[in-house]
Amino acid sequence: MSQVEIRKDLLYTESHEWVRKEDDDIISIGLTAYAATELGDLVYAEAEPEDTEVDKGDIVASVESVKMASDVFAPVGGTIVEGNEDIEDEPESINETPYEVWLVKMKVADAAELDELMDADAYEKLLDEEA
Amino acid sequence: MIIDDKKLIFELPETGGRRQYIPEGERLTKDLEAWYGQDKMRDELDFPNLSEIQVIRHYTNLSAKNYGVENGPYPLGSCTMKYNPKVNEDVTAMPKFAGLHPMQPCPTVQGTLKVMHDHELALCDLTGMDRFTFQPAAGAHGELTGILLIHAYHLDKGDEKRKYMLIPDSAHGTNPASAVMAGFKVREVKSNPSGEVDIEDLKAKLDDEVAGMMLTNPNTLGIFDPNTAEIAKLVHEAGGLMYYDGANLNPIMMHVRPGDMGYDVVHLNVHKTLSTPHGGGGPGAGPVGCKEFLAPYLPYPVLTEEDGQYYWDYDRPKSYGRVRSFYGPIAVYLRSHAFMLANGVEGLADAAEAAVANANYLYYSLKDLYDTSSDNPVMHEFVFSGDRQAKQGCTTMDLAKRMIDYGIHPPTVYFPLTVHEAMMVEPTDTETKEGLDKIVHTFKEIAKEVETNPELLHEAPHHTPVRRPDEVKAAKDLVLKYTK
Repeated sequence: MSQVEIRKDLLYTESHEWVRKEDDDIISIGLTAYAATELGDLVYAEAEPEDTEVDKGDIVASVESVKMASDVFAPVGGTIVEGNEDIEDEPESINETPYEVWLVKMKVADAAELDELMDADAYEKLLDEEA
Repeated sequence: MIIDDKKLIFELPETGGRRQYIPEGERLTKDLEAWYGQDKMRDELDFPNLSEIQVIRHYTNLSAKNYGVENGPYPLGSCTMKYNPKVNEDVTAMPKFAGLHPMQPCPTVQGTLKVMHDHELALCDLTGMDRFTFQPAAGAHGELTGILLIHAYHLDKGDEKRKYMLIPDSAHGTNPASAVMAGFKVREVKSNPSGEVDIEDLKAKLDDEVAGMMLTNPNTLGIFDPNTAEIAKLVHEAGGLMYYDGANLNPIMMHVRPGDMGYDVVHLNVHKTLSTPHGGGGPGAGPVGCKEFLAPYLPYPVLTEEDGQYYWDYDRPKSYGRVRSFYGPIAVYLRSHAFMLANGVEGLADAAEAAVANANYLYYSLKDLYDTSSDNPVMHEFVFSGDRQAKQGCTTMDLAKRMIDYGIHPPTVYFPLTVHEAMMVEPTDTETKEGLDKIVHTFKEIAKEVETNPELLHEAPHHTPVRRPDEVKAAKDLVLKYTK
């Protein structure tokens, strides 16, 4: 499964979200190229509202493709500080450039939780196992 | 002959025609203005002014573009595309049923009410429940009705903290949707590698905030979950109730009953389990059954019999209200009751066995050509993964499109989400040996084509009036209304 792009500078979840550390305790969250390919052409995307407090695994955004509807989960606990409104009009941008389009930005409650996420090598291994 | 009729009925030329098929006097029997009042009258109606033959040709040609179980095999997994026997239509068309008006007083419709009451008892027998409501407008509405029943129960007990509904990751998409519509939050329960509910994960998700669990059995992978009794026990011990999604009752009817498996609420899809028209073929129906302790919360009015007289009981102080006007789609229930009476207990049990036998005939004829997760026999349906073919450049979507060229309806694709490149196949008890062999032949030929001529699949279907619709555009820019 090495044909899908994995970026070295990001962290990953088992449910195929990528996590970028922005500054201090802020992270942005998106869908990996693998997730975007698996979902197929997206026709709908919407982030949960700002100031929503979430635990790890709670829903932070929803996406729908012609094949299926799927949720995007919080990789760590914290608070949503911003949802990307552009994805509502252009959900296809997630298919086109998955690593350029963040869905939500979160303020992380406990930075130690970030250590539990996978790095690019571990994520690649996960994809190989799933294939 | 090629009929190229792509116009909407609103776009047909209003050229009129000489022939009138109904004499003038018959067409207008009342002075409408005197009857309805001048304020209700209007001169213009934005309605196509076409001759009868134009209208008939339009709809006849449209129907020829359709494909249904009356055209050929329709193994659309999870949808249980059973045939609706014509005798059902005869029963429903009887003037004493067809001529009823929903506002008629009870004493004038005792016969129909008796049939509905009998049908309620029959469905109770089928499911092991104590009461049914026929109000919900369709299956998904039935789910909502059933979940609201659970909600009303906990509220009545003063137990207001139960805000979670447990739903397996292999569930139908309507389950989480119904739970959320009823105000619950969803907790997903994982499946184990064989596709059953992961008991350890279930235990981890159970606490005193869980209102209940929605479960289909056999599940969407066509597996009868052997741990159902254990699951029901665990959920009940945590104070939750068990909801049975009746979508897959067909293969177990008159063999096992949800009520005996520990479920408290069920909804049925009578078009799947019994026989009524699917989809556009008629109004839906989603009867909801429950155990006696939940009956007080059912939508009112409740059909009641006393001394051989049937009437509507509105005195239901704990009822959470109506979910629909009137009593539900009676003509649909006439069909499902006709099917039950025509088959009897043994006939229904036999239909269930035929559904299972047909699915296994397909499964064992094809399982070496497509990826599967297990070698075990299946119930009413099974799921192949198109992974092997996808690696050779033909996705499940390509396979499905190609099947149309062979004259069968494709299986359900990309569901359940737990299986990669999923193809979900369900022949139902309707299918004949000839039809089953046609499905087998199609799957075999297409597996060969993937290796020898993948381009053929990429461009399929080749013989339909519309080939590959733009699904993204259809989903994003859906136009539901014609405007001039």
